[in-house]
Amino acid sequence: MPLSSRHLLGMQNVPKEDIQLILDTANTFKEILDRPIKRVPTLQGKTVVNLFYENSTRTRISFELAEKRLSADAVNFSVSTSSVSKGESLKDTVKNIEAMKVDMIVIRHSVAGTPLMLTQLCDSNVINAGDGVHEHPTQALLDLYTIREKVGKLENLKVCIVGDIAHSRVALSNIFALKTMGAKVSVCGPSTMIPKQLEDLGVNIIYSIDEAIQENDVLNVLRIQLERKAREYFPSLREYVKYFGITSERLEKNKKDILILHPGPINRGVELSSDVADGPYQVILQQVTNGVAIRMAVLYLLGTLN
Amino acid sequence: MKILLKNFTAQNPQQNLFEKNIDLLLVNDKIAEFGRNLSYDDKMTKVIDLSGKLVVPGFIDMHVHLREPGREDEETIESGCNAAAFGGFTAVACMPNTEPAIDSAEVVEFIKNKSRNNIVDVYPIAAATIGRKGEYLSPMLELKESGAVAFSDDGVAIKTASILKRALEYSKMINLPIIEHCEDESLSFGSMNEGINSTLFGLHPLPSVSEDLIVMRDILMAQYTGGKVHIAHISSANAVKMVREAKSKNINVTAEVTPHHFTLTDDSLKTYDTNLKMNPPLRTEKDIKEILEGLKDGTIDCIASDHAPHSPEEKEMEFDYAPNGIVGLETSIGLALTELVHKKVLSVDEIIFKYSINPRKILNLNVPSFKVGEKAEFTILDLDEIWTVNKNKFVSKSKNTPFDKRLLTGRAVGIINNGKILMNGEFIS
Repeated sequence: MPLSSRHLLGMQNVPKEDIQLILDTANTFKEILDRPIKRVPTLQGKTVVNLFYENSTRTRISFELAEKRLSADAVNFSVSTSSVSKGESLKDTVKNIEAMKVDMIVIRHSVAGTPLMLTQLCDSNVINAGDGVHEHPTQALLDLYTIREKVGKLENLKVCIVGDIAHSRVALSNIFALKTMGAKVSVCGPSTMIPKQLEDLGVNIIYSIDEAIQENDVLNVLRIQLERKAREYFPSLREYVKYFGITSERLEKNKKDILILHPGPINRGVELSSDVADGPYQVILQQVTNGVAIRMAVLYLLGTLN
Repeated sequence: MKILLKNFTAQNPQQNLFEKNIDLLLVNDKIAEFGRNLSYDDKMTKVIDLSGKLVVPGFIDMHVHLREPGREDEETIESGCNAAAFGGFTAVACMPNTEPAIDSAEVVEFIKNKSRNNIVDVYPIAAATIGRKGEYLSPMLELKESGAVAFSDDGVAIKTASILKRALEYSKMINLPIIEHCEDESLSFGSMNEGINSTLFGLHPLPSVSEDLIVMRDILMAQYTGGKVHIAHISSANAVKMVREAKSKNINVTAEVTPHHFTLTDDSLKTYDTNLKMNPPLRTEKDIKEILEGLKDGTIDCIASDHAPHSPEEKEMEFDYAPNGIVGLETSIGLALTELVHKKVLSVDEIIFKYSINPRKILNLNVPSFKVGEKAEFTILDLDEIWTVNKNKFVSKSKNTPFDKRLLTGRAVGIINNGKILMNGEFIS
């Protein structure tokens, strides 16, 4: 069964079977990552462009490694966003890239909807590597993969996404994907960081971090984006840490066996205390490893569709 | 020049007039005769058969951006007038956010000169403050004398309550309205209506309360000063309710709505089509319901398009980077006839009020009538023509519309004004 779409733009409307297929395919690729020679010829002759309009070294490296391990030709194209209005338009850039005969484009952009726009401008398969505060589907897939790997299931699992939900592309993709897979999803964070009518998506909203810890099997803790405007949304870092920060003290007080994910990079001492970030409940580095396997799976499934 | 218009239906609720099979003889720009079966001299008179057509007082679009001076690549006064004429308007009022802004008599006169002898009358709306910066009042008395019909800092609301207060007090002397783009600057970071859809699409939210706050401020200030406030492009349900209540208290406030705000909702933004990006943004079904109610009960006085031409380079950008606004002159009447008349929201009489009588009253302009000796200024409608919007056929320089390929019922097929006739896309004189 192939994927039902030739692009991966977001997790909204991605059917359960597709998610299942990507997770299962990632399983086989993960095994390759443990071999001494970490390369398969699967995408030999295919060209993938990593078109990054926003700095994201981690995501780009993860995609690039995934591409190289599948033997695709990987090209990085980074565009500074500092002078968007003066530079070449996205349309012209994409037309140029396409004229060089590429097969797939991985795009990261600060404006929501740009990956969709790309599909209207070119014939390549498009993978969204994060668009504004909209979606980041491969992050959600690697989160799901890691959860499934650790807990063994997704259905009826209680997962809480913690932090700045409104300014996170990870949150929305996780919500869609987790709900599709039958998990029970909640969010926890300051009310100014919960987007409007989120509850309409069937998501429970919690304002107490203690309650979030007690009631859930998994916490997916988001980075507080200090560099963004996020700071205008809560009174002080001190107050955030005091009421929403996750510390080992807090985990001990509320029990319990819990799985903690974080998409990185971590603000140590803010959303996670250092001992939690390095502690027994977190699976942060496994997420990073799984990220390569997931991206290999997505690249492979889309790249071999045609 | 003599032109005889034959066999049309004349309708003008202000004259209590509804006459079928009537003729009108046009000599130069005036009505020479009006009646049944007018006789004429074959050689000297051009005859146009208007069987099945409805002739009404000339429609005016009181909210357009003609872009000249400054962005003549997007629209000029001439191309904008053409778009108005082809869209069925005999007049437009143009907004002052040009470059330079319409904040001096010279710019008003420049626009008047450029539009002289055009089939479409252009009424400049001058800036309320110098450069639309919200600091100092524009020279309103001189602007009025040179031809300005209203004042507005459109694009933004008048910056502070204190300058708004003075603008309303000062403009009261000359009885011209202040037209307000209602948006609270501190809440204006965003590119679509805040709600479930902004959450789903990940676009920065622009809350409707931003509009409501300024509508409330302006209503209170109109009440306090006794000045005239006209709310441009009303879009939120709460704003409509506030205007309704203000009118019931006899506060001097009027309002307009655009066709897109009673036709489209923010659901459509799932395509991220930048031709759906406008300010105020598309809102929800609930807002449309209240707008339709407001159109019916008279809370909303007129329909205006907020015609905002933009070049393709600017619109074919990432959503956040694309400018706000769509062209509207050539789709406005078709949308109103389709969405309001054929769906039984408004009668044809009410449409004539919204497109001709009310906006002219707000701007202190004469309402055209079917009377011998008066200037002939009429819009010719075919209420039942079924047609498809084709942006490539627009005569506007810009094509940024979300209504391309939309099927509409009812169309303005021509206009008569200033001794010229445009009929089915051809000028006759």
